[in-house]
Amino acid sequence: MNLDYSESEQTFREEVQNFIRANIPSTIKAKIDARQKLANEDYIAWHKILYGRGWVAPNWPTEFGGIGWTPLQCHIFDEEIGLAGIPRVMPFGVNMVGPVIMEFGTDAQKEYYLPRILSCEDVWCQGYSEPSSGSDLASLKTRAVRDGDQYVVNGSKIWTTSAHWADLIFCLVRTDTEVKNQEGISFLLINMHDPGIDVRPIITMDGGHEVNQVFFTDVRVPVTNLVGEENKGWTYAKFLLKHERAGIAAIGSQKRQLNRLKEIARAEQSNGQALIEEPRFRDKISKAEIDLMALEYTELRAVSAANQGEVPGTEVNLLKIRGSEMQQKISELLIEAIGYYANPFVPDSFEAGWNEEPIGPDYAATLAPEYFNWRKSSIYAGSNEVQKNIISKMVLGL
Amino acid sequence: MDFTLSDEQKLLKDSVDRFVAEKYGLDVRRALVASEDGFGRENWKTFAELGWLAIPFAEASGGLGGGPIEVMVLMEAFGRGLVVEPFISTILTGASLVEALGDKEQKAAILPSVIQGKKLITFAHVEPQARFTLSDIMTTATADGGRYRISGHKAVVFGGDSANHLIVSARTSGDQRDENGISLFLVDAEAEGVTRRSYGTVDGLRAADVALKDVLVGPEALLGEEGDTFATIESVVDSATAAVCAEAVGIMDSLHEQTLEHLNTREQFGVKLGKFQALQHRSVDMFVACQEARTMTYVATLSLDKPRTERIRAVSAAKSHIGRAGRLVGQEAVQLHGGMGMTDELAVGHYFKRLTMIDTLFGNMDHHLERFAAAVYG
Ligand SMILES: Cc1cc2nc3c(=O)[nH]c(=O)nc-3n(C[C@H](O)[C@H](O)[C@H](O)COP(=O)(O)OP(=O)(O)OC[C@H]3O[C@@H](n4cnc5c(N)ncnc54)[C@H](O)[C@@H]3O)c2cc1C
Repeated sequence: MNLDYSESEQTFREEVQNFIRANIPSTIKAKIDARQKLANEDYIAWHKILYGRGWVAPNWPTEFGGIGWTPLQCHIFDEEIGLAGIPRVMPFGVNMVGPVIMEFGTDAQKEYYLPRILSCEDVWCQGYSEPSSGSDLASLKTRAVRDGDQYVVNGSKIWTTSAHWADLIFCLVRTDTEVKNQEGISFLLINMHDPGIDVRPIITMDGGHEVNQVFFTDVRVPVTNLVGEENKGWTYAKFLLKHERAGIAAIGSQKRQLNRLKEIARAEQSNGQALIEEPRFRDKISKAEIDLMALEYTELRAVSAANQGEVPGTEVNLLKIRGSEMQQKISELLIEAIGYYANPFVPDSFEAGWNEEPIGPDYAATLAPEYFNWRKSSIYAGSNEVQKNIISKMVLGL
Repeated sequence: MDFTLSDEQKLLKDSVDRFVAEKYGLDVRRALVASEDGFGRENWKTFAELGWLAIPFAEASGGLGGGPIEVMVLMEAFGRGLVVEPFISTILTGASLVEALGDKEQKAAILPSVIQGKKLITFAHVEPQARFTLSDIMTTATADGGRYRISGHKAVVFGGDSANHLIVSARTSGDQRDENGISLFLVDAEAEGVTRRSYGTVDGLRAADVALKDVLVGPEALLGEEGDTFATIESVVDSATAAVCAEAVGIMDSLHEQTLEHLNTREQFGVKLGKFQALQHRSVDMFVACQEARTMTYVATLSLDKPRTERIRAVSAAKSHIGRAGRLVGQEAVQLHGGMGMTDELAVGHYFKRLTMIDTLFGNMDHHLERFAAAVYG
């Protein structure tokens, strides 16, 4: 047993840090520092920079353009990205549909889609959830009916993150209504620019637009866009979920948030002292830091096991639960830290180009909307209740 | 001991409940929030006509001589409807300070027009550095040839954008956090040297940061004794704190009802969500939190006329407790709604946001925990 990163891992970390420092475009850096919203173009620009370095898909096998980094290297890379405040590469292509196509797709699909995922030629989104099928995903109803060499798709997907930016959507669709729910689902790739697709924004309570409802009306999809076998989609979906949740604890960005909390607690005054000196709040910060430590090393135990060749198991469920709870906890402490200045709401100030004086301290404006927005993390990617159901069944045998 | 409302209080409750149920849907509120004033002038007129704006004032001032219980009844209903009209700022802080400290002329100049719904007034007190320490005042008022010259910065003054009058707290003596040396001044919101930067808040209200630069007022603007207003500020703020506890209770009950409704309608895995035991228990936890929050609001409300230490003990206990209970109820309501709970379209998010922000008003749960401990354990 040994708690430390090896020398070569340390060197690797420095390499990543240097790369980020040297390559993050100043416009994006400025937005990150000012906590302004990044545009789709920013995500694409950063993706292309990573692409230039060959670092888009560190976890992919080299034959498909990955680097074959070890799980620990992937962890270090992700941690550094998070610490720098840079959003991850959009997960829908690289971490979700990519691995599914690699594993189950045809050669033609691999040759066409994978390079375009790497280069960000295509932006992807995930069409799983439906209005009446959330936690019970297998009950989904969006219908795909075979008509010659096409499927005709009708139905609706909801909560589709980035659908308004996406070129392609990977969808779970129902191809057989006669069998058990799980046995009549197929995995279909659909062009978002096709006729019959209508994307309607859903505004979240923080005022942001990241999710959508997507309507399909007689959308014609070539059968060559089916991944794997018809009616085997549920198997692929389960395979994908493992990838979706990798790195879900987002240790790097959580550490960044915690650092931000400490900075703010140093700047805020309470009764003539810095808030961080006030025992009550100091304890809360310490507890958060200790919890984050517990989460980090729990994740590192899993990563390190994977490094030694073990196949990841249900620990991703645990990391999902605690990761989301920590994100929510830290954002809760952030609004507690700023007192009355959690109240002002000036959404224009979240947009690039806004350069008026902030109301209150410059770190305050986004904190309440962020807190409201983070409530999503215990709901999406399999709600925490569903994760607990999985752990109690699969791990504890209850 | 008696926790029931009198017949008259029940009538008030019926009338305000009816107003909220009939006149205050989410769409109505949305339109009010987006309107120029950020609230309904018509509603405010209705409040005046129904006598709600007169409730906490003595009959001599043109009021109805109501007490904390009547205010509690109103505020709970306002919470249930997420009412955005500036009742707390104008009636419970601004005008209540005039009622407590004003001389005959000052009361005559302010209270009738406020009670009739013609003028708005707010308390410009909190400062950027003060956090929740009520006596942390750096704004100064210096004597200047029989007048006062006021300079300073007031933070997040609720209702500050639409108020006609401000009550500005300023230091006439003492150090930054001394309780002695704080004076109150009636300042015209349009007076020279007053700059208001107005904005909406995350929960749909309006506020302003108010900069005062060499604002000159005469001796008639002084409200109460020079340098000796802290005890009154504290008791008025305690009353307002009890009132926002009642508002929180209305919000929490509504959130719990909305959640129950959802659990009884939404189906997953072929059954109503309410069939899952994990969710049943969570819903029970919410119910318990709502019940205790109500209890604590009664305790605070019924202690407002008690000696200072007892009052603080009750009010701070309630505000701290409700800070925690409100957090639980708000977060669970969103969570149990799933994706729907995250939307701007559903009411849940709006209730959750207001409930979250109530914790920042008049001191958050930690502040009141500390204040409780200081009052009880010395
Ligand atoms: C911001 C955001 C982004 C999203 N992005 C995407 C995306 O890109 N693509 C996509 O396909 N989906 C996406 N989702 C959808 C997400 O996966 C679903 O919201 C989630 O699966 C929950 O489903 P639901 O919203 O229908 O809630 P429901 O399933 O109706 O659940 C409501 C509540 O009941 C609980 N519950 C349900 N079943 C049980 C049970 N058996 N036991 C105990 N509790 C239970 C849930 O945990 C939840 O608290 C996103 C959601 C959000 C909020």
